[in-house]
Amino acid sequence: MKALEIRQLTKVYAGGHQALNGIDLDVSEGEFFALLGPNGAGKTTTIGIITSLVNKTAGQVSVFGYDIDTQLEAAKSQIGLVPQEFNFNVFEKVMHILITQAGYYGIPAKLANERAEKYLKKLGLWDKRNVQARELSGGMKRRLMIARALVHEPKLLILDEPTAGVDIELRRSMWDFLREINAQGITIILTTHYLEEAEALCRKIAIINQGNIITHEGMDSLLRKLHVETFILYLKNELWELPDLGEFNGYLENKCTLAVDVQRDQSMNDLFAVLAQHNIEVQSMRNKANRLEEMFIKMIAKGEEVDNV
Amino acid sequence: MSKSITPKLSAFNRQSFVGFATIVQREVRRFCRIWVQTLVPPIITMALYFVIFGHLIGSRIGTIEGYPYMQYIVSGLVMMSVITNSYANVVTSFFSSKFQRNIEEMIVAPIPNIMILLGFVVGGMTRGLLTGIIVMVVALFFTHIQIHNVWITLSIVLLASMLFSIAGFVNAMYAKKFDDVSIVPTFVLTPLTYFGGVFYSIDMLPGFWQHASLINPILYIVNAFRFGILGISDINVGFAFGIIILFSAGFFIFAMRLLNKGVGIRS
Repeated sequence: MKALEIRQLTKVYAGGHQALNGIDLDVSEGEFFALLGPNGAGKTTTIGIITSLVNKTAGQVSVFGYDIDTQLEAAKSQIGLVPQEFNFNVFEKVMHILITQAGYYGIPAKLANERAEKYLKKLGLWDKRNVQARELSGGMKRRLMIARALVHEPKLLILDEPTAGVDIELRRSMWDFLREINAQGITIILTTHYLEEAEALCRKIAIINQGNIITHEGMDSLLRKLHVETFILYLKNELWELPDLGEFNGYLENKCTLAVDVQRDQSMNDLFAVLAQHNIEVQSMRNKANRLEEMFIKMIAKGEEVDNV
Repeated sequence: MSKSITPKLSAFNRQSFVGFATIVQREVRRFCRIWVQTLVPPIITMALYFVIFGHLIGSRIGTIEGYPYMQYIVSGLVMMSVITNSYANVVTSFFSSKFQRNIEEMIVAPIPNIMILLGFVVGGMTRGLLTGIIVMVVALFFTHIQIHNVWITLSIVLLASMLFSIAGFVNAMYAKKFDDVSIVPTFVLTPLTYFGGVFYSIDMLPGFWQHASLINPILYIVNAFRFGILGISDINVGFAFGIIILFSAGFFIFAMRLLNKGVGIRS
């Protein structure tokens, strides 16, 4: 079952700006999907059309088989949206925001109350239920929007930049939460500027630029296409100058930190052999967590297929 | 054929009704939360009108169509409060929802547009009716009120508050900034109300202005209401009802068209 199927989706805004040039996108049920792209690429427009906040110019969108042109209400019932910016009434109490949202989805008051309690507890906001939303901290406001998006128990959760401006601890706990609900069967689509976030969470990815989808595939296969990976090695002893690493390209970040590029056809064993020749002892190492970022920047810059990276 | 009928029928199911009731609740909660801004001002303004125009000046005016001036203006002032409060409630609430973007909570949900409109309108009517009752109670401190025809009185209050709630909704759909919310009440609604026979009978006007007054819908509302209270009216009450229903239907269809197109709410 396709959670989302987009065909030839086009959007031209009133001022003549063409935001989407006939994009195709498929998201299967149960997937954790990332939609990446620079600012103004068309991410929010795409999400806006899926969620009825933006009128499309042409093309088709269906959500769990419900076409938004002919079965809009059924399609809407499947979706929960966590928008990029806070869009609740800041003067309303937290509990009221959830109950009201549930009511808009046709959930009767008793059940709405139960659901509101369930999701406020899950998101750690139960203590704040009688507080006006404006009194919440930034992180709490984000969590409130997630609770609100889940109150009608949608099958597809769409998050537009969910962790923008959120501190690391909260970001990690949000990631855990999203992984948990994804494991329970909720399909998740997120847009993000944090490529690390997409890499950590998502199995499928689409990159959008200037209104076109430039790649749409599994995270693993995308990353495999990288020709080079950079490893950061933390050295046991100080190194004053860069030794000859043979076929490997490396540079000293500081006296104790060596960065080495490893080509796809090279092996880590060879690298360690070279290091051993120079009596360089490696205490620990990590992958430079910018794999996606580098590829992303190159792809956006070139506007070409990923194999040319 | 089936395509065009299905959505209309599906708009009136249990699920949509819950959505509608939720909007009404939200609207009532909003104006009750800010009661100092919504429910108190009509008490103050109307008490001032009753003291100054009704009591002090009115005592020198004598009677209009056999009724003391105070009793004559009570019906007009009640209607004036009902109209301005219904309008203000919807225009402010809907525009604030647009401004704070919490209107998106409704747009993403499967609640039919007609229920969104009805929800806001019934919210506005509730405030209108409540204000009408409050002003009526205030008036009792200053004069004796007898109601000539309860059904006409009540139905005209409901119809008028409905009409101006819908009009407020249309205003809010077009409004882009807070100025746009106050332009219509200041430059259109207030003059129409003051020239709508709240303080005088149109018989007192020169011939041309008597006729000109007839294009003012508020004149019909005020007079129909005055008929409900006192049993007197400058115009035919049945005709007044017809005009109000016609205006309401026109505004309702217009508001639905705007909402379906997403004017001002969907890009």
